[in-house]
Amino acid sequence: MRMRAYQLLPLCFLLLNSCNDLQLNNPYSEDEGKHTVLYQSFSERPKHLDPAAAYSENEYAFIAQIYEPLFQYHYLKRPYQLTPLTASKMPEIIYLDRSGKVLSENAPEQDIAYTDYVLNIQPNVHFQPHPALAKNAQGQYIYHQLSLEQIQASQTLNDFKEVGTRELTVEDYVHQIKRLAHPKIQSPIAEIMKNYIVGFDDFAKQVADKPKTEIKALSIAGVEIISQYQYKIRIKGKYPQFIFWLSMPFFAPMPWEADVFYEQPGLADKNITLDWYPIGTGPYLLAENNPNRRMILQKNPNFHVENYPTEGEEGDQKKGLLEDAGKQLPLIDKVVFMLEKETIPYWTKFLQGYYDASGIASDSFDQAIQFTGSGGVALTDSMKQKGIQLQTSVETSDFYMGFNMLDATVGGDSEKARKLRQAISIAVDYEEFISIFRNGRGLVAQGVIPPGIYGHADGEAGVNSYSFTWQDNKAQRKKITEAQQLMIEAGYPNGIDPATKEALILNFDTASVSVDDRPMMNWYRKQFEKLGIKLVIRATDYNRFQEKMRTGNEQIFVWGWNADYPDPENFFFLLYGPNSKVKFGGENAVNYQSAEFDKFFEKMRNMDNTPERYQIIQQMQEVVRHDAPWIFGFHPKSFSLFHSWYGNLKPNLMANNRLKYTKLDVLTRLEKRKAWNQPVIFPLTIGILMICSVATFIIYRRKKVVIK
Amino acid sequence: MIQYIIRRFLYAIPLLIGVNILTFVLFFVVNSPDDMARMQLGQKRVTEQAISNWKQQHGYNIPLLWNSEAQDQEKVTKTIFYQKSVGLFLFNFGVSDSGRNIGADIQERMWPSLALALPTLVVGLVVDVSFALMMVLFRNSYIERTGLVICVVLLSISSLFYIIGGQFLFAKVLKWVPISGYDDGFSAFKFLILPVLIGVFSGSGSGVRWYRTLFLEEVEKDYVRTARAKGLTETQVLFKHVLPNALIPILTGVVVILPLLFMGSLIMESFFSIPGLGSYTLDAINSQDFAIVRSMVFLGSVLYVFGLLLTDISYTLVDPRVRLS
Repeated sequence: MRMRAYQLLPLCFLLLNSCNDLQLNNPYSEDEGKHTVLYQSFSERPKHLDPAAAYSENEYAFIAQIYEPLFQYHYLKRPYQLTPLTASKMPEIIYLDRSGKVLSENAPEQDIAYTDYVLNIQPNVHFQPHPALAKNAQGQYIYHQLSLEQIQASQTLNDFKEVGTRELTVEDYVHQIKRLAHPKIQSPIAEIMKNYIVGFDDFAKQVADKPKTEIKALSIAGVEIISQYQYKIRIKGKYPQFIFWLSMPFFAPMPWEADVFYEQPGLADKNITLDWYPIGTGPYLLAENNPNRRMILQKNPNFHVENYPTEGEEGDQKKGLLEDAGKQLPLIDKVVFMLEKETIPYWTKFLQGYYDASGIASDSFDQAIQFTGSGGVALTDSMKQKGIQLQTSVETSDFYMGFNMLDATVGGDSEKARKLRQAISIAVDYEEFISIFRNGRGLVAQGVIPPGIYGHADGEAGVNSYSFTWQDNKAQRKKITEAQQLMIEAGYPNGIDPATKEALILNFDTASVSVDDRPMMNWYRKQFEKLGIKLVIRATDYNRFQEKMRTGNEQIFVWGWNADYPDPENFFFLLYGPNSKVKFGGENAVNYQSAEFDKFFEKMRNMDNTPERYQIIQQMQEVVRHDAPWIFGFHPKSFSLFHSWYGNLKPNLMANNRLKYTKLDVLTRLEKRKAWNQPVIFPLTIGILMICSVATFIIYRRKKVVIK
Repeated sequence: MIQYIIRRFLYAIPLLIGVNILTFVLFFVVNSPDDMARMQLGQKRVTEQAISNWKQQHGYNIPLLWNSEAQDQEKVTKTIFYQKSVGLFLFNFGVSDSGRNIGADIQERMWPSLALALPTLVVGLVVDVSFALMMVLFRNSYIERTGLVICVVLLSISSLFYIIGGQFLFAKVLKWVPISGYDDGFSAFKFLILPVLIGVFSGSGSGVRWYRTLFLEEVEKDYVRTARAKGLTETQVLFKHVLPNALIPILTGVVVILPLLFMGSLIMESFFSIPGLGSYTLDAINSQDFAIVRSMVFLGSVLYVFGLLLTDISYTLVDPRVRLS
């Protein structure tokens, strides 16, 4: 029976109607949305997943969920504090003199020649299932001597079907320390550790021309295995910050089998390397690694028992952050990271519910955030209607403007240069900068130490009195007339350089060369114009800029630092003389040198957090405020959005392994996604109707012609 | 013809060496091995020793083009240029400066690029030729004039506008397709339909106008007049006579770009999160990964030479008068 066109119409409408129940724009499989799967995105593929080499935030987003160092930051408690992760307890710290005699806990620093960290790990912690650990019935490793055919037949790690596991021992931690020393691994902290771990440098030289597989048999003088669950690291002198390093993925355990497996010739040609396929003991394992498309973390079936914290800060109970207290972690089964390079699709997918969390790009800031009358921030009504949650936190970072202290005009210890720097510090209005260029996402810095780090002082006590005054219960930038007075005292009345009788010319060195950066550069220029100074923008490519910084050919620049660990030493070392960039290649980018500051620093860095340390920190802040090698700039404030189904939210800027605490209300997500993503069918309906009408008209015309 | 092909391949060798030298010089004018090391090692705590180690590990601790300290032929062979270039001619791209095998990456990423580029090309060709023929059929009428205006409007607008507009309309407002993403096999269809349609639409302005010009040139020729004189309808004339004869320039344009389809489209792939080769070279330039840059430039040159050769061969197939010698 032949079907006529008009008879197809009801079928079309039926089909179109059925589309109403579908989510045609769902980028995932229909089935996936019902499981506890967290959807996140990444914009740049990580360079390294080897914990010995990785050091970036985007790399830690993955490896901190897979690898487990000995210690971790407590998820809820503030100030940040370390707790055991795979360690069974906090380390036993023993001070020794040169002869190896044990000293008391309160021994003077100069007497301490060595410090021993005695570390204990938990029993019954196992590695994730992995082919490197797979054994046959005879107890031999299946994949440690791969044939050419086996390698040729494999494209990814998943092609090795047999997997195995074994218990974590301290040998795995020791093996990782050896890996940190191996020059071929190129660990970014190898040079630092040479200064601390006894025998580290000698070991590095010893293994320089040896393959990674041979380091197992060799030993480092300062690292000793005491038993299966206990080992000891000996460091030179006293270095209390060492424990923070021990809580970073650099010191996560690595089974020697991993090196033996991955070092087999031919696997690297398939990109099957330890740098791309991790092997850890953490809550998740990397189930899919396609950094060009997506990376999937799956719950590790061998994950040891770890429970959600049972205590936190005051108020955490009220916020519902202890609802899951005592529950076995992790709380979600799978995390899917999708590569999303552009902000428009990323933001749209978040609004459609296909990403569970999102940052706020400047394009979408006004759509998401509004400022309240009191200067606070709140979500816009459209965000509130969707039940989206806003989380803000001041980052433990400094974003400062630096003066090259080696420069003849702005640098040096003279009163003239100091007053010039102090005047500029008043003139450069970072409150305005934050408002214009960061949508209010920042906190004007009053010193070196950001909030959340020991030594940061709030309120009047923490004000930089050289640039601000405390008025109406808040820090007020000093008037520009005071800066102009300082310019007169510096010998530059109205910004006129007496040597040239013209406006003082200063150079701002930057790697910001794009058209988008011009408004910001103009803004800097205007700030200096307030003092009559002519600011010349010297924009170069990044390589040349770095070269200028290394050789001290810059004058004024902006720079930043993000904390490695929550200790003031990690910020003040940026101004310590022996860390000068030009002389010693260190992180003191302004090449600041102050005997007074250095003396304080040397005393403070190895102290425990006592009131005495706090006092020294305040004195150091005062020295730096007075000398003004930095204009303190601001501490960035991060704004993150989360859907209503996202639970256990608490900002923790130190912990990178936060995913295991996250919970999801999957049913709510399913309902909301469905409600938000109903396809709009009527344009299709109209289109079909029009086509049918035209077709009917043509058929009618033809028939009419035939009848005639 | 085989002799001709061999000769063309031999001609290509000095050309590829030239391209390789040019890429090398341009890259190292802007970046030094020290800069590359710093870029790879990151921002924090990078020491001179670490830079020196990196250069040694990656073979950048020798002179760029001439090693005056070496003996005999090693003056040339013990240089960065020689060490990094020889493998290319054997299509052994080696390992990127960030440690990944380039050949494996290219193999993995070229398929999504092809999945996007091939349908865009085929559908685009069909659409462009059809509309161009229609405009020729209705030449000197208001349909042709309206079509021309639309073509000019279409080709005057940036492709970025089509992408953002298409994503906004079809993925955000109408919610017919996912706004971005990719999947393997047939599941890729729902992700590819929008970028393919946008690709076809954004290219149709220039495409239709170009093909229309070709067809108009043909319809004025004597054999077309003869065909009409035989009593053929205008449609028959267009499809049976004009179209086959206009195929030669169409073929030239299409065959030459066929091999380059593997190289992907930067903007399209970036906006639609398609894991292709489009951004591979640009990302490598930004991260100062010389190993990838030289490989991709070399591959692009080889494919272009191959495309030109294919064009020549295809001439002989569509036009019996052409002989390769």
